[in-house]
Amino acid sequence: MSSRTLPLLFINLGGEMLYILDQRLRAQNIPADKAKKVMNDIITTMFNKKFLEELFKPQELYSKKALRTVFDRLAHASIMRLNQASMDKLYDLMTMAFKYQVLLCPRPKDILLVSFNHMDAIKDFVKDTPSILSQVDETYRQLIEMYTPLSSGEFQLIRQTLLIFFQDMHIRVSIFLKDKVQNSNGRFVLPTSGPVPHGTQVPGLIRIFSCTGEEFTRLKFNNGGNYTTALREGSFDIFGDRVTKLGTNMYSVSRPVETHMSGTSKNSAQHTKVSAAPNPLAKEELNLLARLMGGLEVQKPGNADTGFRINLFATDEEEEEALISRPDELSYGVINIQATKDQQANAELAKIMGEFTESGDQSPSVSNKGDDLLAMMDGL
Amino acid sequence: MYHKEKSIQIKNSASALYNNLSVLRIAPRRLTHFTVVHANMVNMVSASWDGLNYTHRQLQSKEPNVATSTSLIMQAAFCVLPSRDLLVVTSQKGIQMYESDGSIMVYWHALDTPETATGSVCPRDIYLSLSHSIGVSSGAILVFDVPSKGSNITLSEVLEEHKESITDMASECSGSQECIANLVTADDGGNLCVWKSGEEFQLLNKIPGFDMSCSSVKLWKGTAVAGYGTGQIRLYEAVTGILHAEINAHARWIYSVDIAPFSGLLLSAAEDSLVRVWHMTITPETNSVEVAHLHNECVTDTQICGAKFCDGDGYAFAVTGYDLSEIIRYIQS
Repeated sequence: MSSRTLPLLFINLGGEMLYILDQRLRAQNIPADKAKKVMNDIITTMFNKKFLEELFKPQELYSKKALRTVFDRLAHASIMRLNQASMDKLYDLMTMAFKYQVLLCPRPKDILLVSFNHMDAIKDFVKDTPSILSQVDETYRQLIEMYTPLSSGEFQLIRQTLLIFFQDMHIRVSIFLKDKVQNSNGRFVLPTSGPVPHGTQVPGLIRIFSCTGEEFTRLKFNNGGNYTTALREGSFDIFGDRVTKLGTNMYSVSRPVETHMSGTSKNSAQHTKVSAAPNPLAKEELNLLARLMGGLEVQKPGNADTGFRINLFATDEEEEEALISRPDELSYGVINIQATKDQQANAELAKIMGEFTESGDQSPSVSNKGDDLLAMMDGL
Repeated sequence: MYHKEKSIQIKNSASALYNNLSVLRIAPRRLTHFTVVHANMVNMVSASWDGLNYTHRQLQSKEPNVATSTSLIMQAAFCVLPSRDLLVVTSQKGIQMYESDGSIMVYWHALDTPETATGSVCPRDIYLSLSHSIGVSSGAILVFDVPSKGSNITLSEVLEEHKESITDMASECSGSQECIANLVTADDGGNLCVWKSGEEFQLLNKIPGFDMSCSSVKLWKGTAVAGYGTGQIRLYEAVTGILHAEINAHARWIYSVDIAPFSGLLLSAAEDSLVRVWHMTITPETNSVEVAHLHNECVTDTQICGAKFCDGDGYAFAVTGYDLSEIIRYIQS
C-alpha cells in the first residue's frame, strides 16, 4: 500500500478538527481573543517544522490508536480542554467527514484538491498572524512537491490505503443525515448522477474501429444514471479555485454536531476488534510517537484562569451520558503508556512529556516527575 | 436478463482493491469457492450448489518472525492449472500459495521490501511444464513452475519489461495443437505487454497506456479486454495492438472486468456502483469485433471492487463492494 498516505490523512483530519472546534468556540460564546489563541496554538503545533518533517517521510500509516493519540495531544495544545466524551465525539466527526470526502472524490487525484480546501481554510484562520502563515505556506509547497508528480494510479493506491484505514466505520453524523448524504444505516449516499470526473467521458458510447484505425460504428447504450460532462479541473497551485466543495467547511452555518451511537452497525465492532490487540502499542509505534511528540511544542498556558473547557454536546449532562453509554467496541483505546513493558521508551517519553505543561486541572502529586507526567498522560 | 439471488454473508467486509473477488467452480463436488480480501485477511466461503451449505475459512498474510501478520493483502486469486488448482495470496511481504480449499499452504516466497506482490496471478500452461506468473510493484513478473502435486514450486523466470506496478494479468490457452498460451500483463500506467510462452517467455507486443492506469485485463480469442481508471474499456488485438473497440463504459474507476469464455459475455464493474454485462463477438479470421451492451445492475451506494462470472457461460455472476460484508449474486432469468 502507499507510503505517502500519512501527510494527507493528518492534514485533512486536522482541518476537519479545526472546523469543528471553531464552530464550538462560537457556539459556546468563548471570548474572541481566547478562541483565536486556541486556533493559533493548534495550527502552530500542527505545522511545526520538525513534526511535519517526520510526517512527510515515506512510511506506513499509523495505527488508529497512535493517530488518535496524536490528535488528542493536538487538541490540547492550548488552553482549551476537552473531556473524554467530547474528544471521542470530535474524533468521530473528523474521521467520518474525511471518509465521506475520500469516498465521494470523483477521481483519486481530487483528494489533493480536498487537502488544498482544508489548507485554504486553515490559512484563512491565521491570515492575521504572519509567523504561522509562513509555516502554512511552507506546507503548501511540501504538498505540491510531494504529490503533484504522482500518477493517477499512485493516487488511487493512496485512496485505497485511506479506505482500508476507514473500513467499517459507519457512525451516523447528524449533519450528514440531514443533508441526505448519509443513510440511516451509516452508509454514504453515492449518487449515479452529476458531473463525471475530469478525464472521464459520460458513459453510453461504444465505438468500433476498423483495422486501419477508422471508426466505422457507433452504438449508444443506456448508462442507468444521469451523468453530465466533467467540470473544469481544480487548481493544484498554492492559490486557485479548487472547484470541488469537498473539504470546505460544512459547519460554517451554525448547526448542531451530533453523532448517533445507537443502531451503529455490527461492522464497526468487527473493525475495531483488529485494533484491540493484546499489546496495545508496538515498540516501534511508541518510539515513533515519542519522536512526533518531541516535535510538538506547546505554549505555556499562564495561570489556570485562562484555561477553559469545550463541550461537543449541548449540555454537560449529555456529555456525561455519552461517555457512559458509548459502546465498548467503539472506544478508541487511547494509548495507556503504563501498559507498555519497554522501560527505556517509557523514560524517553517521560522526558519529552516534561516539556509539556497542562492547564492545571490535573492533580499530580509532587514526587517523581516522570511518573506524574505519565499519569497525566493517562488521565487524558 | 439477470435477477438478484440470495447473497452470501462473509465474515469481514471487502477492502477497496482491484479485482477483489475470485471464484472457483468445483463441478465434481457441486460447490463453488469464493475469496474476498479484507485488509490483512482472506475470507473464503465455499458454497454448495443446492444453497444449503456454506463453509467459511480465513487466511492471514504471512510474515517472517511474526505470529500474526498485519501486512496488507493485495489480492487472493485462484489459479487453475491442468492438474491442480491453487489459491495464491499476494501481500506486502510476499506470496503464499495454498491448496484451493485454503487448507494447506504449499509455498511461500518472501519479497524484499519495498517490493509488494501486487497484481494478479494467472496460469500458464505449456507442453512441457506448468507454471504461473505473479506481478510485483516494481513491474517485474515472477514466473513459477508448479508440479502437478506437492510443494516443490520454484521460481523459474523473472520478466522485466514494465516500469510500473503490475495491476492485473490474464492468460488464454489458444486451443491449437501446441496449446500456445498467451499472456497479457497490465500496469499502473495503463501499459499492456503481450507475451508468448515457450521454454522462455517472449515479448510479442507493448500497447501504451497514455498514463491512465489499467486495473483489470482479460484475454479472449486473442483480444485483450482492458478496464481503465477513466471508466473506459478497450478491446485490443493483442499481438498487433490494433484497437478494435472503445467503450465509455463507466463514470468512475473500473475495478474489475471478467469474461465468460463459452458465451462471449463480458462483465465490468466500477466505483460508480454499476455492474454492466456486454456481449462480444470476435472473429479472429476476419478481424471483426462486435460489442453490444446487454444489462446494468446498480448496487446502491456501493463502490464495487470485484465482479466475476461464476461459470464459463456467464449464467451467474457475483459482486463484492467496499465495506460490504456480503457477496451479491445474480443469475440469468
